[in-house]
Amino acid sequence: MKEMMRAAFVIARRDFTAVVLSRTFILFLLGPLFPIIIGMAFGGLGSRISSTDLRPVVGLAMPAADAARMEQAQARLSERMATQSLPVLRRVSLSSEPRAQLAKANADVVVIVSGSLTRPIMTGQPDDIKRLEGDISLIASAALAEKSLHMVHVEPQPVSTSIGAQTQGRLIIGRIAQIVIFFLTLLLAGMILSNLVEEKTNKIIEILAAAVPVDAIFLGKLMAMLAMSFVGIFFWGGTAFAAFLAVKDPGTSLAEPAMGWPLFLMLGLIYFAMAYTLLGSLFIGIGAQAATVREVQTLNMPVTMAQMLIFFFASYAVDKMGSPPEIAAVILPFSSPFAMIARAAQVDALWPHLLAIIWQMVWVGIIIRIGVLLFRRHVLKSGGGWWKQLFRSATG
Amino acid sequence: MIGAPQPTYAVEGQGLVKTFGQFRAVDGIDIAVPAGSIYGVLGPNGAGKTTLLRTLLGIIDPDEGHRSLLGDPTPLRQARNVGYLPEERGLYPSMKAFEAIAFMGALRGLPLKTGRERARAMLADYGMGAAAEKPIRQLSKGMAQTVQLFGTIIHEPQLIVLDEPFSGLDAFNQGKLEALIRDQARRGVTVLFSTHVIAHAERLCERIAIVAGGRIRFEGTVAKARDRLRPQVRLRTRLSDGNWRRALPAETLAEDGAWHFALPEEGIEPLLRALLDGNAGIESLSIERPGLHDAFVAIAGEAAARQMQEDEARMEEDA
Repeated sequence: MKEMMRAAFVIARRDFTAVVLSRTFILFLLGPLFPIIIGMAFGGLGSRISSTDLRPVVGLAMPAADAARMEQAQARLSERMATQSLPVLRRVSLSSEPRAQLAKANADVVVIVSGSLTRPIMTGQPDDIKRLEGDISLIASAALAEKSLHMVHVEPQPVSTSIGAQTQGRLIIGRIAQIVIFFLTLLLAGMILSNLVEEKTNKIIEILAAAVPVDAIFLGKLMAMLAMSFVGIFFWGGTAFAAFLAVKDPGTSLAEPAMGWPLFLMLGLIYFAMAYTLLGSLFIGIGAQAATVREVQTLNMPVTMAQMLIFFFASYAVDKMGSPPEIAAVILPFSSPFAMIARAAQVDALWPHLLAIIWQMVWVGIIIRIGVLLFRRHVLKSGGGWWKQLFRSATG
Repeated sequence: MIGAPQPTYAVEGQGLVKTFGQFRAVDGIDIAVPAGSIYGVLGPNGAGKTTLLRTLLGIIDPDEGHRSLLGDPTPLRQARNVGYLPEERGLYPSMKAFEAIAFMGALRGLPLKTGRERARAMLADYGMGAAAEKPIRQLSKGMAQTVQLFGTIIHEPQLIVLDEPFSGLDAFNQGKLEALIRDQARRGVTVLFSTHVIAHAERLCERIAIVAGGRIRFEGTVAKARDRLRPQVRLRTRLSDGNWRRALPAETLAEDGAWHFALPEEGIEPLLRALLDGNAGIESLSIERPGLHDAFVAIAGEAAARQMQEDEARMEEDA
C-alpha cells in the first residue's frame, strides 16, 4: 500500500506540474470569470432596462374633475403597492372619439378610459382591455371612496430568531451548496475522461504499467486532477468572496447552516472531493477504454447526462430529510456527496458524515479497482479470471 | 544494489502461455536467463518476443505457466530493480529531457533530486548536455530514444529488459548502444533484449533463445546454436571429375565452380587423402564455422529467416 501511494504520488506530481505550469492553466483559471464578467455587464444593462418605465399608458378622456380624482387615487395606491404595478394615467383630448384617437398615427396610449367615475368605459384592443380593466376598476373604486378609504397600518413586531425562516434559509443553503458542488464537478470531472489518452497516444502507458501498479496510475491521475481542481476552487472562491465583501450590504445577515459555517465549508470541500473522485474514478475507467480523443469526446455527452440525473435525484430529496428518497440518495454512492452536503446544511449531527465519507471512499476504491480490471483486460490484454483480477493485490 | 545477492537466474518462466482470442502469441515457453548475462531473444516480427517480455515483466498475466523476476514470482514487486525499454517508445513531449529521465527513475523508486542530478550527468557524459533542458518534442528521434534508454537505467537496476532496442537507431547510435549494453553487463547487470537483427545477438549475447510461432526453437549459447550445423567445407579442384569424386559426401553441391558440403563426421583427413590419391588437383580448401544466421535458418526455418531479413531492412529504412 505504501509503495502504491508512493507511485501514485510520483504520477500525481508529474500530472499536476504539467497542468499547473502550462500556459493554458491561466485560461482555465480565468475561464469561469468570463461568464461572471459578461453576466455583470448584461446585469447592468438588465437593471437599466428594468428601471425604465414599461407600464402601459392609459388615456383618460374624462371630465377634468373625474380625471383628477383618478390620478390622485392612482398615486395613493401606488405608494402601497409594488412599483410599476399600476398603469400610468395620461389625460387625452375630450374633443374626439376614443376610437378615432387610438387610430391616429401618433397615438401613445394603449387604451382610453372615457365615461365617468361611476361608469367608466374602456376602449382598446380586447387583450389590452382584459389586462387593464381590473387596474382601472381598482383605481376608479379608490377614487370614488376618496378620503373614506383608510389605509390600515401594520404594526411590526421583530423577533431575533424564527425557526421557520431558519429552516427555509438552511434549505436554501443546502440547495445552493448542492448546485455549487454539482457545477464544480461538472466543470472539472469531465476533464478526467481524457486523462489516460495522452499516455496511450504517446505510448507512455507501457513504461508506467511496467513500473507501477495500474491502480497507482489511476489514483495518481485522480490525485493530480483533484489538486488542480482545488487550486481552481480556491482561486474562484477567493475571487467570489472578495467580490461578495465588496458589494455586501453591511446590514445583510446570512442564514447559518446547522453545522455552523466553518464545519459546513470544510464538509463542502470534502464532499466536493468525494463527488469528484467518485465520478473521476468512473470517468478515468471509462476514458481509459477509449483509444482516441474523438472517442472521449463522444463519451462526454452520455457522461454529462448521467451527472445531471444524479444531481436531479439528490436535489429532489433535499427538502425531504429522512424520507426514503433522501436515504436512497445518501446511500447511492454517486448522489451521496450531494445529499450529504444538503444534510450538513439542515441537520447538525456529525457522525452520519463520518460514515458517509468512509462509505464514499470505499466506493472510490471499488470503482478504481473495476476500472483497473477493465483496463488490464481490454487495453493491456492481460489474462486471468474476473474475480481473481478483482481481488488480486495491486502489485500482484 | 549491485552488491545485493542475486538468484542464479534473473528471469525464469515455465510453461508460459498467452493467447489473444484464438491466437497463441506465447505457446508454452520455458526460459531461464542467467544472472549477469547478456541474453537475446531472437525472432522475426510477430514471433511472440514482445508478448513474452511483457509477460515476464508482469505487464500482462499469462494464461498458463509461472514466471519469476529476480527470484520473485510477483514481477512488480521487483520494479525498483528492473529497467524496461518498450518496443514502442514513449515520453511526455513537453517534459524536459533530464526531467523525463528523472521521472522514469522516480517511478522505480529513485528520489527525484538524485534522478535529476544523475540525468544531467549522464546526458553530459554522453555528449548531450545541451539537450538536458530541452523539451522532448524538440529532440531528434535518436536523442529521444537515448533519453528513454537513460530513463531505463537511471535507477541502476539489476536487470535491464530492452525490447528491440536497436530499432530506429542509425549505425552510429547502434554501436553506442552496444557499448552501453556491454558496459552494463560488466557491472554485473543482467541484460535481456529482443531483436530481429541476428548480428546484434551474435556480437552481444552469451545466450540466446530463438523464438518463432510463439515457441522457443532453440535456447543456449551462440556457439551451441552454431554447433547445430556442422562446419561447411568449400573445395576448389582443377579437375571436375575422377575417382576422387566418390570420396565427396552424398549431399555435396556444386556452386560457382566449387564443391560445398558439410564437414564429414570422421573429419577432413580421409577425404583429403582420397583427393590427393585421386589427383583431384586441390586449388583451395576452406572449412567455415557456420554463422548464427545459418543456425537460425536451420533452427527457425527459411521463412522465419526471410522475414527477419525483411524486418531488418525495414529497420534500416526507419533509421
